[in-house]
Amino acid sequence: MQGREGLDWPLQPPASLLLRDRAGRDHAVPHGDGPHGEGPHDDAAHAPDRAVSPPAPAAAALIGARGLTLTRRGRPILTGVDIDIAPGEIVTVIGPNGAGKTMLVRALLGLERLDRGEVRRREPLVIGYAPQRFDIDHAIPLTVARFVSLGRPAAPRPKIEAVLADVGAAPLIDRQLSELSGGELQRVVLARALIRSPDLLVLDEPARAVDYAGEAELYTLIGRLRTERGFGVLLVSHDLHVVMAQSDRVICLNRHVCCSGVPHSVAQHPEYARLFGPQAADAFGVYQHKHDHSHDLTGAPCPADNRQSGVGSRQSGMVAAGATADARLPTADGG
Amino acid sequence: MLEPFLLRALLFGLGLAIVAAPLGCFVVWRRMAYYGEAIAQAALIGVALALALSFDVTAGVLIVTLAVSGLLLLLGRQQAVPFDSLLGLIAHAALAVGVIAASLASGRQPDLLGFLFGDILAISNADLWWLLVGGAVAMAALTAIWRPLLSLSVHADIAAAEGTGTDGVRLVFVAVLALVVAIAIKIVGALLTIAFLIMPAAAARPLARTPEQMAIIAGVYGMLAVAAGLFLSVAWDTPAGPSIVLVLAALFTLSIVPSVLRR
Repeated sequence: MQGREGLDWPLQPPASLLLRDRAGRDHAVPHGDGPHGEGPHDDAAHAPDRAVSPPAPAAAALIGARGLTLTRRGRPILTGVDIDIAPGEIVTVIGPNGAGKTMLVRALLGLERLDRGEVRRREPLVIGYAPQRFDIDHAIPLTVARFVSLGRPAAPRPKIEAVLADVGAAPLIDRQLSELSGGELQRVVLARALIRSPDLLVLDEPARAVDYAGEAELYTLIGRLRTERGFGVLLVSHDLHVVMAQSDRVICLNRHVCCSGVPHSVAQHPEYARLFGPQAADAFGVYQHKHDHSHDLTGAPCPADNRQSGVGSRQSGMVAAGATADARLPTADGG
Repeated sequence: MLEPFLLRALLFGLGLAIVAAPLGCFVVWRRMAYYGEAIAQAALIGVALALALSFDVTAGVLIVTLAVSGLLLLLGRQQAVPFDSLLGLIAHAALAVGVIAASLASGRQPDLLGFLFGDILAISNADLWWLLVGGAVAMAALTAIWRPLLSLSVHADIAAAEGTGTDGVRLVFVAVLALVVAIAIKIVGALLTIAFLIMPAAAARPLARTPEQMAIIAGVYGMLAVAAGLFLSVAWDTPAGPSIVLVLAALFTLSIVPSVLRR
């Protein structure tokens, strides 16, 4: 019963203060283990001096990090990681279990103390975050509608309906959060991140609780929303095939950046093959060349014409290979 | 007509129930029952301090509850001892210190019992002022941080990442908790204050569909329990705090019957 206290209570380690930034200010994060001498900066004073530290992340990036190094209990978790996410770009971080993917995300979001390196954000920056784990708290009565506008003024109902419809969770609007299944919850958590009209969407293993076909559909959805709204996306996955189809850039992480680049080049990279085995690259190659057709909702093939279905087709090649013949669009109440 | 002391106790209890309801909901949501227990038991040290130095008891208690809150924030940063063990340790160490100090300070045991379990005779006009001002401050602060505190309670990392829940919000909440505990000691006593906070909230949970509903229902239950408990206390000369808590326990039991039967 007391078990949860360690999660968010008492106050988090002080260094996490450094990045947390309500007003969305520009803040380099100083490092070293020392006591957090430097608090958040003054709003007005800070805007112009963006390039104070020499190896500054690309100016256009929504969020970026240089030399990100995390050590926990004497063990290196991340070493010298550089990463940038540009507006409208989908960056996918892949890597085996224990590669530090979630820690990288958490460090970028200011949830982890850094041992070295720096994180910079464009200002202002609205972040929508869907974490890897979302444990429903049964103690708090919340409707889905209420949850979706959590932490901000209650959104008008049509807006909530629209964002839930976007993620295929429209029928859930008046349900209690505590009644949802894992897959339903995942969609609702995504809807909550989307309704903020984020500049940057951060999704840590967003498809963890959905089945394989649902996963492909989820990534297609993210790709479509990105195109419509132009936000940047930082995606974490241990699943290589489906995710990559949507990515502009893939970062292959195993405590450090093994390799990075456009999906195709990463798949060809020897580091990638070393990490995931040669069969991974093969699988990737297969779907790369599967974009001549798509599958409609019944699973029947249809020609690929535009970006969305083109993307979908590459996935559906994998879906057809990996899932049963029934590749229908899963909905929240059906799945 | 009501005796003046009873009227004061009733006003005090009803007002406290209103303030305690939303706060108690957050104590339940944030799993801080044991934390609150530690604060409340430490309050006894404040009682002893105030008696020894002869100043206002609530002020003495408030100083100690705030100090212990600060201490817990610091101790929470260490990883050597689990936080709940730490809370149990502090609660009982503080209780021991408080009981010894209070018995030395007052020299008379009945006083001590009143501070442990509450005493309706102890409610003075000064206490009513404490409640009025302190309660207004607590309600205003809680209203101001309601939205970020709620999102912090639902998921701390999301709130932190999106900048809606900051450590400042937590600090305000902890301070409000210390304030309300300090005020509540008078009527329900150091050992039962947390019960007065969490029982109405827990009883309200099955009926509530939104956080605000839960707080309102908790307030109604709290006021019911105060009225019924004081009636019991006067009718059978039982201690006020236990009588109120007994009614709350009955309300809670009734409230969970449907969800137990459903399983």
